[in-house]
Amino acid sequence: MRLSVLLLGAWVVMALAGQLLPIAPDRILLQDLFAPPLQGGHLLGTDELGRSLGERLLAGAGVSLLVALVSVGLSSVIGTVIGTVAGYLGGWWDRVISRLIDIFLAFPGLLLAIALAAFLGPGIDNVVIALSVMGWVGYARLARNQVLSLRQREHVLAAVALGRRTPDIMRLHLLPLMLAPLLVEASYGVASAVIAEAGLSFLGLGVQPPQASWGAMIREGVRYLLVAPHLVLVPGLMLSLVVLSANRLGDGLRDRLDVTSRSRR
Amino acid sequence: MLSRLIDSLVVLFGVVTLVFFLSAVVPGDPVDVMLGEHAASADREALRAALGLDRPLLTRWADYVIGLGEGDLGQSLVHARPVAGLIAERLPATLSMAAAAFGVVLLIAFPLGTLAAQYRGGAVDRAASLFALLGQSIPNFWLGPMLVLLFSVSLGWLPVSGNESPASLILPALTLGTSLAAISMRMLRASLLEVAGQDYLRTARAKGLGRLQALYRHALPNALLPVVTLLGLQLGALLSGAVITEVVFAWPGIGSLLIDAIRQRDYPVIQGVVLVIAVTYVLINLATDLLLQWLDPRIRSGGAPIQ
Repeated sequence: MRLSVLLLGAWVVMALAGQLLPIAPDRILLQDLFAPPLQGGHLLGTDELGRSLGERLLAGAGVSLLVALVSVGLSSVIGTVIGTVAGYLGGWWDRVISRLIDIFLAFPGLLLAIALAAFLGPGIDNVVIALSVMGWVGYARLARNQVLSLRQREHVLAAVALGRRTPDIMRLHLLPLMLAPLLVEASYGVASAVIAEAGLSFLGLGVQPPQASWGAMIREGVRYLLVAPHLVLVPGLMLSLVVLSANRLGDGLRDRLDVTSRSRR
Repeated sequence: MLSRLIDSLVVLFGVVTLVFFLSAVVPGDPVDVMLGEHAASADREALRAALGLDRPLLTRWADYVIGLGEGDLGQSLVHARPVAGLIAERLPATLSMAAAAFGVVLLIAFPLGTLAAQYRGGAVDRAASLFALLGQSIPNFWLGPMLVLLFSVSLGWLPVSGNESPASLILPALTLGTSLAAISMRMLRASLLEVAGQDYLRTARAKGLGRLQALYRHALPNALLPVVTLLGLQLGALLSGAVITEVVFAWPGIGSLLIDAIRQRDYPVIQGVVLVIAVTYVLINLATDLLLQWLDPRIRSGGAPIQ
């Protein structure tokens, strides 16, 4: 887990470096086509237009970090609110919201995001919208299930008996107890948002050329797999490492938070 | 049972509605796309009327639902053919890839999952958990090219793309199946270990059954239940994962049909493919539930379902 945190930290540093350093990831240098790594002043070599792979990697880190943070932030907040309302109010609220969750869950994997991106058109904001529309369901389901088991707890019943307003009960008495599982879900969410952004960009539905994104780099590099395999190898490796680390972080958080709840019992 | 069927119907209706209203989020209008921005407004109006786009959204939605009841998914804007026909043409290629990927899942998940549980903490178990971690983290649009690089380019064992021979199915199936194999393997291992700690298994051992016999005769059938649920859930995910895998391997299934349609802004085809995948997914989930009821008497009699 320590290694995962370190790798995720490196991802953030790369993303910041991509914004702060004076790099030109889109600059075309036709005299430097397909430069192999470690030669001619380019640490990781260049692509089919002579653009620096290293600089594009940094720019891509920024795109994936931005998309992951914003879409996970949006979908977790929206999902938690909707799920809490369903679980706490029950009745028709719950019935309607549960059906809605079922309907969204009927689109497996990336399908809904692909469909939305197809209709909204390409671009980074539309990727964020598509991923949030796809992502809120997981948090809603989790929050609903949590609230269903939490709302009979004595401190909640006491708050109801004291006449506290429902929004206050949700915010002050339910939410703090739901944070741990939501945090675990969010770190898995980062992993799937990173894969999804790269997947959409790989399909040509995400970030548009010439802007760099790890998925788009793989998409463009596949054409030159035989001449310059590092164009696919490097961004894919970065992508896999980030996803792996986020998954590991989720596993680690889950185990750790589980352990504390057990020792308290 | 009946309520499960009604639930599925409600979900199907919702899916159809959601897919229909996707077209409402298009900035502008399909007609702008078809004719370009500089078309004469009379031409636009004529095309809009011909496509029925001048009618209110709710009327169009009702027509769409009624048309679906008759198996009509609309007309392709690009191919001037019924969408249903286009999908039917491409579906066999996707199904054969998904079936092969499912085979990969079974071939990897079952041996590895049981061995990992049997020799918990051993070398196989550690290798299995590494595989689980990698399988879940490596995206299939990267795994595909890497497998091509290894098996087709470096070793020269398998064809790069296309679907001319049965051998060309191997790499797409591996690419599509690996992540599901990883999840299923992990699930089977965890489920076996959980069952292994239960009383009836201790009884079986006390009766004098060997460790292996107890594991395979008594633990495996019960450990399979959550795995069946997962496999059912993931079978639909295979169909949507096939979209990316088909693009990687230039596979002529509904996934590449979808991506081509997106490039050409052929909205009815996009809606049709998305709808077919989602509806298949809902039906598979329903079938899984029914299968579980048949497999597990506790669910059938309305007892507590196991997790």
